Parts: sequence; C-alpha cells; structure tokens
Amino acid sequence: MARPTSRHSRPGRTLLVLLALIFALGGTMFLQKAFTPKLGLDLAGGTTMTLKPVTLNNAAPPEEILDRAVSIIRDRVNGTGVSDAEVAKSGSNIIISIPGVGQNEALKLVSTTAEMRFRQVLASAATQAPQDLATNAPSPTPSGSASPTATPKSGKSGKSSQVSTPKPSTSPTGKALSSALTAPTPAASAEAPSASTSAQPSATQGSQKQQKKGQDAKATPTAAPSAQPSTPPAQDQGINTQGIDPAVLAQFNKLDCTKKENRGQGVQDDPAKQYAACESDGSYKYVLDVAKVVGTDIDSASAGIPQSSVNWAVELNFKSKGADAWAKLTQEAYSAQPPRNQVAVVLDGVVITAPNIQGPIPGGKAQITGNFDQTSATQLADQLKYGALPLKFTRQSIDTVSSTLGQDQLQGGLIAGAIGLALVVVYSMLYYRGLGIVAVLSLAVATIITYTAVVVLGHNANFRLSLPHIIGLVVSIGITADSFIVYFERIRDEMKEGRRSLRAAIEVAWVRARRTILIADAVMFIAAIVLYFLAVGGVAGFAFAMGLTTLIDIVVVFLFTKPFIALLARLKFFAKGHPLSGLDSERMSEAHTSSRPTKPQEA
Amino acid sequence: MGLARRLYRGEIDVDFVGKWRLWYSLSGFLLVVSLAGLLINGLNLGVEFKGGTVFSFKAQTATIEQVREEFLAEGVHQPIVQTTGTDGGWRVTTETLQEGTLAQVQSAIAKDFNVPAGQISSQSIGASWGGEVSQKAWIGLGVFMLAIILYLSMAFEPKMALAAIVALVHDLVITAGIYAWSGFEVTPATLLGFLTILGYSLYDAVVVFDMIKEVTAKLGHTSKMTYSMAANNALNHTLIRSLNTSLVAILPVAAILFIGTTLLGAGVLKDLSLALFVGMIVGTYSSLCVATPLLVTLKEREPKYQAIAKRLASTGGGKGPKGSKSAAVAKG
Repeated sequence: MARPTSRHSRPGRTLLVLLALIFALGGTMFLQKAFTPKLGLDLAGGTTMTLKPVTLNNAAPPEEILDRAVSIIRDRVNGTGVSDAEVAKSGSNIIISIPGVGQNEALKLVSTTAEMRFRQVLASAATQAPQDLATNAPSPTPSGSASPTATPKSGKSGKSSQVSTPKPSTSPTGKALSSALTAPTPAASAEAPSASTSAQPSATQGSQKQQKKGQDAKATPTAAPSAQPSTPPAQDQGINTQGIDPAVLAQFNKLDCTKKENRGQGVQDDPAKQYAACESDGSYKYVLDVAKVVGTDIDSASAGIPQSSVNWAVELNFKSKGADAWAKLTQEAYSAQPPRNQVAVVLDGVVITAPNIQGPIPGGKAQITGNFDQTSATQLADQLKYGALPLKFTRQSIDTVSSTLGQDQLQGGLIAGAIGLALVVVYSMLYYRGLGIVAVLSLAVATIITYTAVVVLGHNANFRLSLPHIIGLVVSIGITADSFIVYFERIRDEMKEGRRSLRAAIEVAWVRARRTILIADAVMFIAAIVLYFLAVGGVAGFAFAMGLTTLIDIVVVFLFTKPFIALLARLKFFAKGHPLSGLDSERMSEAHTSSRPTKPQEA
Repeated sequence: MGLARRLYRGEIDVDFVGKWRLWYSLSGFLLVVSLAGLLINGLNLGVEFKGGTVFSFKAQTATIEQVREEFLAEGVHQPIVQTTGTDGGWRVTTETLQEGTLAQVQSAIAKDFNVPAGQISSQSIGASWGGEVSQKAWIGLGVFMLAIILYLSMAFEPKMALAAIVALVHDLVITAGIYAWSGFEVTPATLLGFLTILGYSLYDAVVVFDMIKEVTAKLGHTSKMTYSMAANNALNHTLIRSLNTSLVAILPVAAILFIGTTLLGAGVLKDLSLALFVGMIVGTYSSLCVATPLLVTLKEREPKYQAIAKRLASTGGGKGPKGSKSAAVAKG
C-alpha cells in the first residue's frame, strides 16, 4: 500500500494555481473584449461564394479536374484554422461557405489559382508607364549601363528579388558577350524588323550587375539611343530572339503591362509553352521559356524572415525530382547571357519576381524575396503548400448566408442541455450527498474553464463552435464526471477497508485513481490528436474540442477536485462520516448480506 | 435488500464473466442484425454526403419556419433552410429531387410566396463531404485504432488492447445498424456522434481494464481465484463507477434527445443525440459484457491461469472459468 502522503499535499496552494489559471483566461477575455465564443457555419451562418471554372472553349471541365480543385480548395480553406468550412460542387461550379460574415477576402484567397512556375527569362523589356519608370529607374543619371550600380537589384529600387541567398558572383560576362550578338532568326525579324538592327548594346557592354533589365531603354538611355519607348516595335530592340516562338514574341510586343487586367489573377499559362508575361507591378514584361520547374515540384513552403534579412520571404523546398530540375535550371541560367540569366517566378501567370541567378543552386531549396509583408508571405506560402488549382475560376457571387440550423434548434438544444445538466446535479447530490458538492463544483469549474478557453481560442485561433462541438462538450461532462467518480469510488473502497482515517484514505485513493484517470485521458487525447491531423473539415474541429476538454479534465481533477476534497476532509462533517457527507458509516459498512446473482439492469 | 439499496451501498455481485455465453450470443445476434441492416437497407446518407438539390429564390416576407414548412409539406425530408444576402434571398438544400417533385416544389413556392416561377432556380449540388473526405476519415480511423492498440499494449497488454478494440468495433457496428434499420439520416453531425462514442467506449473499457489489471496482478500459484473470478470481481468493483459515469454522461444526451426532439421535432439535434444515446448504452454494455469476457477468454488460455483453474477445480475451491452458472465469487 502506498504511504499516505497527506503531509506533502498542500491543497490551498494547488487551488491558488487553479485560480490563477482562471484569472489568466478571464483576464485575456477582458483584455480582448471578447465575451462570447465565435460560432460556426451551422450556428451563425457565414459567407458563401460561387466559383465558375473558366476554360478555353467554355466547355465543362473534366470531372476529375474539378474534383481536384474541390479538394485543394478544401485543404486551403481548412488549413487556415480550426473552423469548419464547406466546399461543394454544384454542376461544374464550386460553392465555398465559410463561417463568419464578411469573409470576402478569405474566400478570394482560397480560390486563387496559385500555380507557381519557374521559367527562364528569354527576353524582357520595361513598360512605358511613366509612374513605373519614376520608381523603377535605378537613378536619374543616364549612365546606368556604363557604370556598375551598387546593388545587384539594379532594376527596381526598393524591391529585392533574389532566388536563394546571394552568392559571391563570378561574372559570366565573357559568355554573354559572345552569344548576345547572335543574329535573330528570320521569322523573328519578319515579325519585328527592328530587332536585327541593334544588338543589345546595354547588356553586352554593361557589367554583370547591370544585366537585369539591361535592355531597359529608358533606364539606360545611352545604351539604346534608337529606342522609341512609345512605339511597341521599338521594344524588340536589343532582344536576342533566338529560340523564341514568334507567336509568343508577337504576344510580347502587344502586351501592355500598364493595364491592370493584363496582370490580374488567373491567366492560365501553359507550362509546356513559352509565355509572355508581366511583372506583378507592371514595371516589366518578359518572354519566358517553358516551365522547367512547376508547383507540383514544391514539397513545402513556409514564410519567415530569413537570417541576415529584415524582409519577409517565402522559403521553398523542392521534392527530389524538383530539386534536380531546379539545380539544372539554375545551372542553365547561370551560364546564359543576360537577360537569360534570370529565372522568373510566375504565379497565376504573373511574374512575381525575376532574379538573376548568381550560381547554380543544388540542394532543392529556394528563397523568394520580394516586397512581402507577413500577411502576403504567409498567404503565398499557404497557397503553394496546399497546391495549385488546376483550373482558373471566376467569382460568380459572394453572399452572406444565415445559419443552416434554425435559431430554435440552438435554443432548444441549450434548454435541453441545461435540463440535462440539472439532472446530473440532482443525481450527484442524491448519490454522493456531501461529495456531490465536490462533483457539482468540479463540473462548474470545468464549465468556466471550457467557456473561457473557447472564447480565447475563438479570438486567437479562429476556433468556431458548431453544434457538434457543443454536443461534444456536453458529452465531455460525462468524462469529466468520470474522473471524480473514479476517485470517489476509490476513496470509498479505502474507507470500507476500515483501516484508515478519511485524510489518509483520500491520499491513498488519489495515487490509484490518478493512474486510472491519466491512462483513460491519454486514450482520449490520442484519439483527438490522430483525428485532428488526419481528418478533414468538421472532424478536425471536433477533435480539437475533444483534446481541449480532455486537457481541461486533467486540470480540473488535479487542480480542483483532489485539493478540494483534501480541504473538505479537514471538516468534521466529512471526517466523522456524517450521514449526509456521502462517507457515512452505513455506506461504508462491510455488510455482505447478499451474494445472490442479480440481473444486470443497465444493459 | 432492494437492488437500488445494494447499488447504493456498492454491494453487488453480478457474474458478468460467467455468463459469457449469454453475452456472446446477444452481441453476436445484434451484430448480425446490424450488419444485415447495413447490407439490406444501407445508411440513409444526408445531403452532405450524397449531394442534393439547392433552391434559390427571393421572398421578402417569408420566415424560416414558413419556408421549412413549405418544403416539408411537399414531402421533402429535412430541408436545410438558409437566408442569403440581406434582401430576402433564400437558399434551401434538399435531397436530390425527381423532376416531378422538383416542379411541384417550385410551383408551390411560386404560389405561396408570390414569387415569379422563372425566378426560382434549382441546381444540383455535389457532396460537401465527398468521397475524398470519407476516405480520409477512414484512414484517420485506421490510424487511430493502430495508435490505440499500440498505446494500450504498452499501458496494459496486447490482449487488453485487442479486447478493447473488438468492443469498440462492436459498439460502432451496432450503432450503425440501428441507423440502418431506423432509416435515420446520417449527417456529418451523426458522424461526429460516432466519433464521440468511439472515445467514450474506449474510455470506459480502459477504466475497467485498469481495475482488472490491478486485481489480477496479485494472482499467483497459491491464489484462490481464477483469472475469470478475479476479473469478475474487478468488474463488480467498478460497476458502481461504470453505472454512475454512464448515467451522468447519458442524462444530458437523453435530455437533448427527448426534450429537444419533442419540443422541436426532427433535426440535427436528434441525429446527433440519438447516435450518442444508443452508442453510450452499447458502450457501457460492451465494456462490461463483451470486452471483459473476451479478455478472460483470451487470458484463461495462458498456462499460468490454466494451472490455477485446474488446481482450483480439482480441490473444488472454485469453478471453471467457463460455463460457471454460480456467482459465488469470493470478494477480495
């Protein structure tokens, strides 16, 4: 038998710890001015959006592609928190509903295509928009091409764009010089007659640091005296058109990146074809090679501030196949002449950055920097992590919807639940009498902690209560109750043996009951963890609630029930076994008058 | 002494283990009936799993009750009624309706809410809990069971883990069987109810096994009890706890089920609380009458406990582990 440890138990202190915990939760509630839990789709309604797939010939997209889009959207929408969202197909449309009114931004985010593609730059040109030039020219001095500028990010002030960490660069200028003068293909010259007249002066004479946007006519006026920025054909000047699909080149020439619609969301770029695209801020346009590395090559993505930096960045890890392709792509770009030493990061058909490659990058890692803040970096990382949508969608409608469950159902449920709880209280008091007070108070403490925890989690982790959660919490009453019932019965067992004082019995019984409670709660907790990480949608939120109540159960039993009983044991009422204490002598007597088999009534 | 009084005083001696034949046949019967129900009737899956039809229309003056009544009157089961936007828009999700019913519902709406027929749109909607979600749920369930078996094998022993899992599957199948036979709709809420049962059933079994482990740990060559006697003894020891716990857990659920549904009629509340109500009763029964007898059946095969049983049988000091009709179990 374990020795009574009453000398060491300090119930008062333990209760103070509990009080501190409750005050911490309550205080957080007050500080955040949040007093009610956030409710889920079924209880509070939410925002719903209908997405219509866009296909080239307006035909309905294949079923399996639509299914893939649904599953990706579901992952994205549920990857952002523990609230339950709904995603369903309706014909070839997709309907997304998420809890909470006015969640338009969140909905737009989950429906963004977000296929990231890495394409080598074949040609590039600045756009003519005056405001872009004002902000993007490295300096007002006209000698941009002749003298190396201070930073490798010459093209765009204030926006760093690097893939991987900068490495000390060895200049590939020699190669660049030799190949930049290659004659354009006849087809290209037919398309753009002026292309052949000038052989990319800025890039060939400039330092390696000026390669990016080296043919930016405005920024390097000395290099391209013949450039007429206002006339589209002039942009071909200085472009090495070798290997460029003439159709794409024509597209490139026509592309007007100053227009917002040309750099909006969701232009479908075919990864197997060359592609003309705009920089996301409209300052540059590019001819891009086929995508050598695509979104599905990405293994994981995370947002963070890299060491030795102050700006947010998205870090990518490629899968093994992607890592090889990435190493090969950077090797190719590294040995190419400008501007082909740039690799454009294309998201939804728009170039988000097109950094110089300053060395081959093995190891399957990349870092995208740009003008990210925490939100945009996290968004991008999430989009990449949860996969790319295989389709482009247009948003048909964004609407507010009411709860799917009538207010009457919620009210009825709450009333019925309250009646049920009252029954539990009555039963506990009848059966356990004095100890029933402990039981009822334990339940009350558990309720307070659960309520505050749900409110605090709602406001900090977007945990939203749905009806199943509430029922789950009500059921967890049974589990919370079980913990102290196990303990009570153990105390009674010890008392029945008749060798101990109540205070000693309480300690001995605790040692045994504690083990049972911990093992049983561990089972619940394992269930919660497995379900949380493996299941989807509503189940994850439910598992979260289940894990939460299990933890609360342990907190209540350890920090309240046990010390509170220890305190009560000091009262004469309990220690002497008053008939109403629940520890009376009749109950504890060792009378065994009957050993007749009785029919179990509970099954 | 009346049963209530004996229960109150904790003086009960029920031969759960000895009656294993009865429990096994009862459970076997229930399992067969349940499986038959699942095979013959199948589960009545809700719109969330099967997809259905969505009606959208605008009716400024209608109330939720009116709209719901309207659909129920047309023979639609459990319509999900929502308002959309702020200008009297409605969105009602129903099970997949046949052409005839669809037109009938549309004309009824047009007539009763004074909506131009052309402005009532109906579209089929896919499952929001599609096959992929269900598939993930099954994977989750499988991993969960493995994790529990591992944990219980370490905390207790593999045979206890096996018995607990068998009891768990038993509970789930019987609860599902009740759904199959009754035709109650299975919604995501029902599914979550099943998950709660899963946790609850295990929890109950674990508490009982903990006591069995404690009691049977004392068994040795000279002990006067067979494993089955000791296990039965342990069961009776925790019987009060089992009953009290179950009662406390079932009371709120029963209140929601009976009061909630009589006040409100059918709905999500009923779906959820019925699954819980049935599951909890079956769960309590199975930890007493399925998990423990099964564990005893497994354990009595071990040479150590066979030896004890043999010795006790020869000296007449005890009853054989199986078929013992008497409940003359020594109290520890």
